[in-house]
Amino acid sequence: MYDGVSKVSARVHLRGYASVALLLALLLTILVAATVYVFGAHLYPAPPPISQDAVQVDHQYNLTLYVTGAAFVLAQLGLAWAVFRFRDRGQKASHIRGNVALEILWTSVTVIAFVGLGILGRNAWAGARLTPAAPDAIQIEVTTNQFVYTFRYAGPDGKFGRLDPALVSAPTGNPLGIDPNDPAGQDDILAAELTVPVNRPIELLIRSQDVVHNFFVRELRLQQDAVPGMVIPVHFSADRIGTYEIVCTQLCGLGHYKMHGLLHVDSQSDYEAFLKRQALDQ
Amino acid sequence: MSSDSRIAHAAEDMQAGFLRRYVFSTDHKIIGLQYFFLAIAAVTIGTVLSLLMRFHLVWPSAHLPFIAGGIMTPEQYLALMTMHGTIMVFFVLTTAPQSAFGNYFLPLQIGAPDMAFPRLNMLSFWLTLLAFLVMLSAFLVPGGAPISGWTAYPPLSGLGDITGPGEGMGQSLWVASVLIFCVASLLGSINFISTTIDMRAPGMTLTRMPLTVWAWLVTAILSLLAFAVLFAGGILLVLDRVAATSFFLPAGLVVSGEFQTHGGGSPLLWQHLFWFFGHPEVYIAILPGMGVVSHILANFSRKPVFGYRAMAFAICAIGFLGFLVWGHHMFVSGMNPYSSLTFSLLTVSIGVPSAVKTFNWLGTLCGGKLQFQSPMLFAVGFVSFFVTGGLSGIFLAQPAVDTELHATYYVVAHFHIVMGVAAIFGILAATYYWFPKMFGRRMSESLGKLHFWLTFVGVYCVFMPMHFVGIAGGIRRYADSTGATYLAALQPLHRFMTIAAFITAAAQLIFFYNFFRSIKSGERAVENPWDATTLEWTTASPPLAGNFAGRFPSVYRGPYEYSVPGAAQDFLPQHLPPEELASGGKERSHAS
Amino acid sequence: MQASPVTELLERDGGGGFGQSGPLGGGEGSGNPGVPQRAYVTGMILALGGILMFFMALVSAWVVRKGFPNSDWQPITPPRILWLNSLILIVSSVTLSRSRRCLVARRDEQSRHWWGITTILGVFFLAGQLLAWRQLAVAGLFLATNPSSSFFYVFTSAHGLHILGGIAALLVVAVRPPQRLTRQTATTVVAMYWHFLCVLWLGIFALLWLGK
Ligand code: HEA
Ligand code: HEA
Ligand code: CUA
Ligand SMILES: [Cu+2]
Repeated sequence: MYDGVSKVSARVHLRGYASVALLLALLLTILVAATVYVFGAHLYPAPPPISQDAVQVDHQYNLTLYVTGAAFVLAQLGLAWAVFRFRDRGQKASHIRGNVALEILWTSVTVIAFVGLGILGRNAWAGARLTPAAPDAIQIEVTTNQFVYTFRYAGPDGKFGRLDPALVSAPTGNPLGIDPNDPAGQDDILAAELTVPVNRPIELLIRSQDVVHNFFVRELRLQQDAVPGMVIPVHFSADRIGTYEIVCTQLCGLGHYKMHGLLHVDSQSDYEAFLKRQALDQ
Repeated sequence: MSSDSRIAHAAEDMQAGFLRRYVFSTDHKIIGLQYFFLAIAAVTIGTVLSLLMRFHLVWPSAHLPFIAGGIMTPEQYLALMTMHGTIMVFFVLTTAPQSAFGNYFLPLQIGAPDMAFPRLNMLSFWLTLLAFLVMLSAFLVPGGAPISGWTAYPPLSGLGDITGPGEGMGQSLWVASVLIFCVASLLGSINFISTTIDMRAPGMTLTRMPLTVWAWLVTAILSLLAFAVLFAGGILLVLDRVAATSFFLPAGLVVSGEFQTHGGGSPLLWQHLFWFFGHPEVYIAILPGMGVVSHILANFSRKPVFGYRAMAFAICAIGFLGFLVWGHHMFVSGMNPYSSLTFSLLTVSIGVPSAVKTFNWLGTLCGGKLQFQSPMLFAVGFVSFFVTGGLSGIFLAQPAVDTELHATYYVVAHFHIVMGVAAIFGILAATYYWFPKMFGRRMSESLGKLHFWLTFVGVYCVFMPMHFVGIAGGIRRYADSTGATYLAALQPLHRFMTIAAFITAAAQLIFFYNFFRSIKSGERAVENPWDATTLEWTTASPPLAGNFAGRFPSVYRGPYEYSVPGAAQDFLPQHLPPEELASGGKERSHAS
Repeated sequence: MQASPVTELLERDGGGGFGQSGPLGGGEGSGNPGVPQRAYVTGMILALGGILMFFMALVSAWVVRKGFPNSDWQPITPPRILWLNSLILIVSSVTLSRSRRCLVARRDEQSRHWWGITTILGVFFLAGQLLAWRQLAVAGLFLATNPSSSFFYVFTSAHGLHILGGIAALLVVAVRPPQRLTRQTATTVVAMYWHFLCVLWLGIFALLWLGK
C-alpha cells in the first residue's frame, strides 16, 4: 500500500513533471539572464565617486560583484540544469550518500572565495577608517538633531568653543549651545550647508543632540551614524567641485525621510569667500 | 491494564470539555496546530501592512478612507513598517517553522509520545498568543504603534512620546510584547532540547535523526541563548523608559528643544544587546527551513541526502558562528573600526557552511528521480532564493562596501529574499508536505503548483529591483521619496515593485483557499502519501494521542534510505526491522 | 464543524486535556517509557543555561556602561549586610545538600527537617536583601540615582526574584510534590537550581564589591 498513491497516476505525473521541470529551469535561466543584464549594463549605477576612498570602495564592490556574480550564475544555472536533467522519467535514482572529496573541494573553494574577499576588503576600509585624518585636515563639526544638520567651523582661531547642552536654544540663535563666555567660541561659524575646499583633507566631527542620526554622501561612499554622547571623527578629501546631497539613513523619527543637507565642494577661493560671508552673518 | 485503561480514558475524554481538549490542550500536535494558525493570522496581518506601505511609497498623497486623517502621514507609515517587521520576524518566522512544525513533528520524527514537558509547552503557546495580542494592541492606543522600527534603537525608543508619536504607550506595549515573547521562546526551547535529548526512540541515534530534527535542535539552542539576552536588553530599556534610569540614554540630550536629565548611557549598548540576539534570530528563522528543504529534496529525489553528516555539521557550524557576527549590523554605528574587521571575517566565514549546504542540496538533486509535487517545487525555490539572498549578504559583510549599502534598500532586498522569501518558502514547503499528516487529507496539487509559479515569479519581481534601488542610493525607512532630489528617479522601480507585491499577495489567496478547502473536503490521505522513510509517516494521519497508538517504533537505519540497491521498494522506512523488509533490503545506516 | 477532519482529528485524538495525554497519553502499559526522569534534570540544566545567559548579558552591559566614555559612574559601596546575606545563602546551600543526602540514606524525617531549614534561610536571605535596599534608600541611592545604583538594584532584584521562585519550588516539593517526578528527581532538580543561585549570587556579589 505504501506507494499506492504514486502508482495510480504515474504516467500523468511523468508528463506533468517534464513540463514543470522545463518551466522551472526556464524561469531560473531568465532570472540569471535578467540579473546579469541589469548589473552588466549598469542600469541603476551609483553616482561616480569623488574621493580616493570612494574609488577604493567601488573597486572592492566590483571585485565582490564578480565573485558572487559567478557564484550566483553557477549555482542558479546548476539548479536549473539539475532540475531538468534529473526529472522523473521513470528512471531509477542512484543511491549516492555523498562524496568526501567533493565536500573538501567546495568547502575550500568557498573558503578561498569568501574569506579572500573579506581579507581584500580590509584595504578599502583601512584607508577611510583605520588611518587618522591628515594633521593639516580642516576640522568641521557636524551636529544632527530632529531633523536638521548644523555645521560648525572653528573660525580664525582654529578652536571650537565649549558646548553646553543646557544652553541649547534654536530660537535665540544658539542651536548648538555654544558657551558665550568661552573666547574660543566667539568666532565659531555656523552653517546650514556643508562647504569644503576641493582636494583638501577634511575631518568631520559627527555628533547628535537627540537620537541616532546618520551622515551619508553617496559620492563619497561615506556613511556614519551620529550617536548622541559620542563625537565620531571621519575624514575624506573630495577631488571634484560640485554640489552633493547629504541624507540621513538612520531612522530618527517621523521626519527621517526629509532630513537632508547639501555638500558643496568649492575651489579654495570660493571656500574662503564662503567663510567670510558666514562670519559677517553671525 | 493498557487497553481497557485507554478505553476508560477515551470515555472520560468524551466528557472532558471542548476547551480542555482542544484549547487548553497539552498534546503537542494540538499545540503545534495552535501555533500554526497563530502564524497564519500573523502573516496575513503582516502582509496587509506591507501592502499599505508599498501603496504609500508609490502614491503618498492618495486618499485612503480607512486611515485616520484620510492621507497616510509619515508616522503612520513608520508605524506600519515597525509592526510589519516585528510581526513577521517574531510571530511568523519564529513561530511557524520552529514552534508550529517543530512542535507537531519533532516528537513524531524521533518516535516520542509527546514533548517532554507538555504543560510547559501549553504555557509557551499561551504566552506567545498573549504577546501577539499585546503587540497588536499598540495600534489602538493614543499615539498609535511605535515608529522606531523592529530594531527599536534608543534614544528614539527610550524617551517616550517626546521623540515622536507612537513612542509613548505604543512603544511600551511593543517592549512588553517582546519581553513576553522572550519568556515563551525560552520555555519552548528548553522543551525542544530536552525532548530531543531524552525522548528519542530506541535506535534513534544522533546520526539517524532526520535533518529537520537537527535543525530544530540547533534552532532551540540558539533561541535559548539569544532570547535570554534580548530579555535582559528589554528589561533595561523598560527601566530607561519608565524608571528614569540611563542605561542607553547619554547625558546632555536635547530633544525638540527640551533638555533631558539623563546620565551618560550608551546607545551602542542597546545595539550590541539587540544584535547579539538579532543575528542568531535570523538563523532561528532559516535553520528549520533548511532542515525541511533537505528532508523534502531527498524524499522527492528518491535519493539519500547528499553528505548527511556534512549537512548536520553545517547546521551546527552556522548556529555557532551565528553568535559571533552580530557586529556586521553595526559597521557604521561608531563601533571600533578594528572590531568591524573581525566581525567581517567571521561573517564571510558563515558563508562557508551555508555554501556547503547549498552544494549538498544540488548534490542531492543530481542523479535523482525528481518528482515535482508542490512541496518539491517550494523546496527548490528555497534553494534558489537562499543563494540569491545569501550572496547579497557577502557584499554587506564587508565594512567598506557596507558603508555604501548600509540602510539602503539593498539591505531590504537582502533580508527579504533570504528571510521574507526563502524562509517563507520553507514554511510553505513544509505546509504542502505535512498537510496530509496534519489533517488526514491532501491539498490540491494543481492549485499548489499555480500558487508556486505565481509566488516564485512574484517575489523575485518584488524584491530583485530593491537591490538596484539600494545601489542607486534609495534609503530604507523613508516614508516617501521627496526627501532627496535623486530619489525621484527611483519611483518607476518602486511602482513596479508595488504592483508586483499586490499580485504576489493576491496569489497567496490561492494558497489560503486551497488550504482551508482541503481541510474540509480534500482527498483522503493514506498513512504515507509520499513514500517517505521517517517515523511520522508510520502512524495514522492524523496521529492519535500518544502518536503511535501504543506501538512505539524502534529505529533500524538512517532517515534517508531511498533507492537502496536490491530493496523491494525504493524507500526503506526507518522503523522496519531488517527481517520484515521484503526481499533482502540491506539495512545500512549512516551510524554504522 | 462535523464533517471537518480537524474535529475528527480531535475526536479520535485522546484530546490531550489535563486528563490523560501528555507524555503518558495513550502510551501507558504499552512499552512506552513516557518521560524518563533524567529529562527533568536535562530541562533544569538548560534552564540554568538560559538564566546564566541572561545574567551574562547584564554583566556585559555593566562592563560596557561602566567603561563608556564620560559615563557619570559613581562607585557605591554595597551595604555591609550583603556579607551576612551571602553567608546565609551559602549555609542554605549546605543544609539543602544535607537534606538530599538524608533522602538518599532513607532518613526521611531529617531530610524534611533540613529542607524546611533551607526554605527558612531562603526567606531570611530575601529579607536581608530588602534591608540592604532600605539602607541604600536611606543613603539617598535609588534606582535612577546613578548607573552604579541602577545596576545594583537590577542585579539584586533579578537574582531575588529567582530566589523567590526557588522558595516556591522548595515549598511545592515539600507540600504537594508533582506526581510526574519521583521525590528523588524533584529534590535533585530543586537542589541544582538552588546551588546555582547561590554560586550566581557570590559571582554578582564579587562583581558589585570588587568592580565598584
Ligand atoms: C533568514 C535570515 C537571514 C539570513 C540567512 C542571512 C544571512 C546572511 N546575512 Fe543577513 N540580514 C538579515 C537576515 C538574514 N541574513 C536581516 C533581517 C537583516 C537586516 C536587519 C535590519 O537591519 O533590519 C540582515 C542584514 C545583514 C547585514 C547588515 C547589513 C546592514 O544593515 O548594513 C549583513 C552584513 O554583513 C548581513 C550578512 C549576511 C550574511 C553574510 C549572511 C550569510 O549567512 C549568507 C550565506 C549564504 C550564501 C553565501 C549563499 C550560498 C552560498 C553559495 C551559493 C556558494 C557560492 C559559491 C562560491 C562563492 C564559490 N545581513
Ligand atoms: C518574514 C519576514 C518578512 C516578510 C514575509 C515580509 C514580506 C514583505 N515585505 Fe517586509 N520587512 C520585514 C520582514 C518581512 N517582510 C522586516 C524585518 C522589515 C524591516 C522593518 C524595519 O525596517 O524595522 C521589512 C520591511 C519592509 C519594507 C521596507 C520599509 C522601509 O524600509 O521603508 C518593505 C517595503 O517595500 C517591505 C515590503 C514587504 C512586502 C511587499 C512583503 C510581502 O507582502 C511579499 C508577499 C508576501 C508573501 C510572499 C508572504 C506570504 C506568505 C505566506 C502565505 C506564508 C503562509 C504562512 C503559513 C503557512 C504559516 N518590508
Ligand atoms: Cu535623522 Cu534619520
Ligand atoms: Cu546579521
